[in-house]
Amino acid sequence: MSDQYKGYRNPARAVLKENGVSVWSSVEMNTSRGVFKGLILPRSETADNKHIMLKLHNGYNIGIAVSTIQEIRELGRKEAHYKIPEKEFPVDPKKPDVKLLGTGGTIASRLDYRTGAVIPAFSPGELYGSVPELADLCNLDTEKLYGVFSENMGPEQWIGTAEAIGREIRKGIHGIVIGHGTDTMHHTAAVLSFMVQNSPIPIVMVGSQRSSDRPSSDAALNLIHAVKTAAESDISEIMVCMFGPTSDQYGLLHRGTRVRKMHSSYRSTFRTIGDIPIAMVNREKITPLRTDYKHRRLDQEVVINTSFNEKVTIVYYYPNMQPDIIESLADNGYRGIVIAGTGLGHVNKPLYPALKKACDNGIAVYMTVQTLWGYVQMYVYETGREIMGLGVVPCANMLPEVAYVKLGWALGQTDDPEKVKEIMLTPIAGEITEREPYNGYLIYQGGIPEVEQFLRMIKR
Amino acid sequence: MTFSFKAFEAMTDKDYKNLGLKVGLEIHQQLLTKKKLFCRCPAGVYSEVHDAEILRHMRPTLSELGEYDGTALMEFKTRKNIIYQINHETVCTYEMDDTPPFEIDQEALDNTLIVAMLLNYKVVSEIHIARKQYLDGSIPAGFQRTTIVGVDGWIPYQDKKIGLIQLGLEEDACREVSDVEHLRIFRTDRLGMPLIEMVTQPDMHTPEEVADVANILRCAVRSTGKVRTGIGAARQDVNVSITGGTRIEIKGVSRIPLLPRLIYNEARRQHALLYIKDRLKQKGITSETFRARSADVSNLLVRTSWEPLQQAIQRGDEIHCVNLKGFSGVLNQTTQTDKVFSKEISDRARVIACLTRLPNIITSESLEETIDSYTWQKIRKALNSGNEDALVLVWGNPEDVRTGINEIMTRAKEATIGIPSETRQALEDGTNGFERILPGPDRMYPDTDLPPLEIQEKRLRRLGKHVPEPVWVRIEKYRKLGIPENLLVTVASSPRAFLFEELIKKFNIPPHRIVNYLFEQYTAWKRQNLPLDKMSEKDWYLFFRASEQQPVILENGASIIKNFLSGDRTLYSILKTYLPPETEIKNEEKNLYMSIKDLTEDELPHFSDNTKKHKYLMGILMKPFRGKIPGKTISETLWNSINGVNNE
Repeated sequence: MSDQYKGYRNPARAVLKENGVSVWSSVEMNTSRGVFKGLILPRSETADNKHIMLKLHNGYNIGIAVSTIQEIRELGRKEAHYKIPEKEFPVDPKKPDVKLLGTGGTIASRLDYRTGAVIPAFSPGELYGSVPELADLCNLDTEKLYGVFSENMGPEQWIGTAEAIGREIRKGIHGIVIGHGTDTMHHTAAVLSFMVQNSPIPIVMVGSQRSSDRPSSDAALNLIHAVKTAAESDISEIMVCMFGPTSDQYGLLHRGTRVRKMHSSYRSTFRTIGDIPIAMVNREKITPLRTDYKHRRLDQEVVINTSFNEKVTIVYYYPNMQPDIIESLADNGYRGIVIAGTGLGHVNKPLYPALKKACDNGIAVYMTVQTLWGYVQMYVYETGREIMGLGVVPCANMLPEVAYVKLGWALGQTDDPEKVKEIMLTPIAGEITEREPYNGYLIYQGGIPEVEQFLRMIKR
Repeated sequence: MTFSFKAFEAMTDKDYKNLGLKVGLEIHQQLLTKKKLFCRCPAGVYSEVHDAEILRHMRPTLSELGEYDGTALMEFKTRKNIIYQINHETVCTYEMDDTPPFEIDQEALDNTLIVAMLLNYKVVSEIHIARKQYLDGSIPAGFQRTTIVGVDGWIPYQDKKIGLIQLGLEEDACREVSDVEHLRIFRTDRLGMPLIEMVTQPDMHTPEEVADVANILRCAVRSTGKVRTGIGAARQDVNVSITGGTRIEIKGVSRIPLLPRLIYNEARRQHALLYIKDRLKQKGITSETFRARSADVSNLLVRTSWEPLQQAIQRGDEIHCVNLKGFSGVLNQTTQTDKVFSKEISDRARVIACLTRLPNIITSESLEETIDSYTWQKIRKALNSGNEDALVLVWGNPEDVRTGINEIMTRAKEATIGIPSETRQALEDGTNGFERILPGPDRMYPDTDLPPLEIQEKRLRRLGKHVPEPVWVRIEKYRKLGIPENLLVTVASSPRAFLFEELIKKFNIPPHRIVNYLFEQYTAWKRQNLPLDKMSEKDWYLFFRASEQQPVILENGASIIKNFLSGDRTLYSILKTYLPPETEIKNEEKNLYMSIKDLTEDELPHFSDNTKKHKYLMGILMKPFRGKIPGKTISETLWNSINGVNNE
């Protein structure tokens, strides 16, 4: 498709051609609904082929159905150029060096009002222009590793990111920030917690729930919090840094193995499950909420282990699940199955033979809970005991997605079921905790008078 | 050279022509819909209590030029904390920008298309939703979703046409609760309600014309029955300029009668600012030669007896003085009715520096008693101020006062250019105040959360049936029908005009009598809180049909209808008591017998039993006889006939 008719397909494209006009032509159109004047803009690929898009002089875009067009006259041309002037990120030798690795997601952007394009801002100069506060915190360098929507992140990107982290630590960087789409940020945070161990510095994952072109976006504040953490905190763990409440009050630093995206769109979607977050962060300070975190060190001795076996899956149990699901997994060569079971870790009886067969054939089958909170406890009911008897291993309070990446990582290192079990059940970065405190599960219902009263008192 | 401007009442059309006055109108009108525009919350529900509060800040987005847009920068400079009060009944997670938009409300779109067709707009084939950025906090997302439905409409006015540039459909913003220092609080109930925006060409040249056109547009949209009425349902903004001046937008005119005085005051203000510019130029002061400096004079005011400064000192505020070279006589220049130029400076200090406690400045030209002349002298000396210079005192906490000094100097320098580009707010006394720096040309970009939406011909055809005849056409028609002059606009702009026209077509009753019931009495009953919803169109038909036959009904109509509205009986049963029982029913019953005879003699489909036959024939008979003869009577008469046939 030539750029001249960018995005336009027939019949719209043919109409443009016939009338001798193209994208960026300033035109007057005679149509059966009247006369319209504006600038022809490129057409989005997902929009239909029956309309031509015009930008009016007042800035609004409209579509004109080609079936109504009688004549188009060109009045001139107004080409758009997306060149963004660069500013230099100021360097201060007294400030710590922080590296921002980009994998996707738009943590900052600029607007081209003429065309309406939202252009990602990613280089240090662009970020400085967009979020100048970063220069008060550190010297920032950026590197774009990938540019994918986070649902497209996978082992290849995880491994690449872990290796990049290793390289930066060995170069002596003071802190690392990873820009990432929010959909699978917790998956990546978990797998990096296994692939990158013993880090001497903070590694902070960050994203934005609302696109960064909006004035109300959480992007800038999340970025400021994340960079501050990387530059100043002494928490040397893999963390996710996102909004605490939906108000602009503070961010939370969540341990990478216990954090999960819990709402499709809320700013405050990320929550630590079954425990409390590591710390609160705002523009002024970082406030640890606990003392049992790994502290910053001055050496560069990080352990990078990027093994991963892709033949691992999560199975979300539901009533009336049939054994053929398990059988087809086995038939397709899967070596690891994480089950998200109901209640304390249960599935129905019809699945037992298939599960036994899988375990007997050396497939690693592990049990987690759909309820997300709480421990797998398969001794309580006969069901659980029977399932364990088949060879299924309970994963304590590991989250299903975390168990999935850990199993992939474990199976990347060994085939031996006993060794896999040892890896799975030995906590590395808090993916299994010894105890669940009372305030690890706080889901209050709306509508209850005392809860509503409480909400009226605080800002959410 | 003395400066004079006539009083409001003394201005003539010629005066405005000499000034080169050009005015454009922007009217925002709430649509009457069940739901909001981009979510499913109920529209039109207002709440005074809130269940929770949310805190946000607004950050400007860099434009392609690598600069922040003027307004955006200004709002950012003010560093406001913005609190949104939310009530579970009126907002959902969409309003707080925590959930993406739902599909556009189809009822709102239909209503907008009807208005578009009424006002001669050219309707677009595909609507594209755009985001228009606002950083004052009035919208939690920081932008408003807005779209254009039609362009290039018009209405007739006197002997010309007033052009309507565009018809927009957009979301309404929050209601401001308070704005003090660095905290602004908004209520979110109104947020997200559908609004249409009609923008005229600057084709009006006197304040009266503007009010007239505003009234015509108001009546026209109301005549569709698709817009909300009541306080706050419509807001007007005006764009005013005079020759040599700048287009200034005045926002938030709550009532049309306020328009003329507001326009007058703005014309006056612009004229005054141009005069000030010339005067400064004569003194050799331009934007290049403008000079100002400031100094901390807190220690000189320690013993002042003027209360506001005393309190400032107690609070620990710093007091600074700005010296404006050559500005003597300027600060006191009248700009609007009862307002002088220094008010412009004070407004900036209030809005941008957040010095909201008034008075926030005093000047060496203030006519009121403030600080004594001896102290002024000391201050003059401290600033090395000359006879041709003017002084401005400002006070506050160290950060705000620095912003304040900056704004004072900025505004003073702008006086050498003439009229700065600003958005002004309409005030109840007919003057206007500074609201914000005029935004850059395009703060708008496409909203990629929603796809473009096609407007098909068949939709326009379907809606076309609901487009009323334009108000101006109706007014002429009704005048010829003898409707009293004082009711013409009311009737023409009412959604009940449809019904009115049907009734005068159908019934042989003088139109002004129908108008009396349908409008004058109607309003009276509304005030008495009678349940007017009970009076359906069918009931009006029934009433006037009965009145046609029995004049006494028309005479007693008020009590009949009131009786019906406040009681339990059907209208029919009340009307019956006025009808001579024999005559009407006898006539109708005769008609009924004839109809039944005709029917049973006609070719009828075969029925397996009489119940089915009865049901079929009832369906046919009810149409002409409903409302004239009780259904029960028709049914019985029919049964008799059917059984009679069988018995033959």
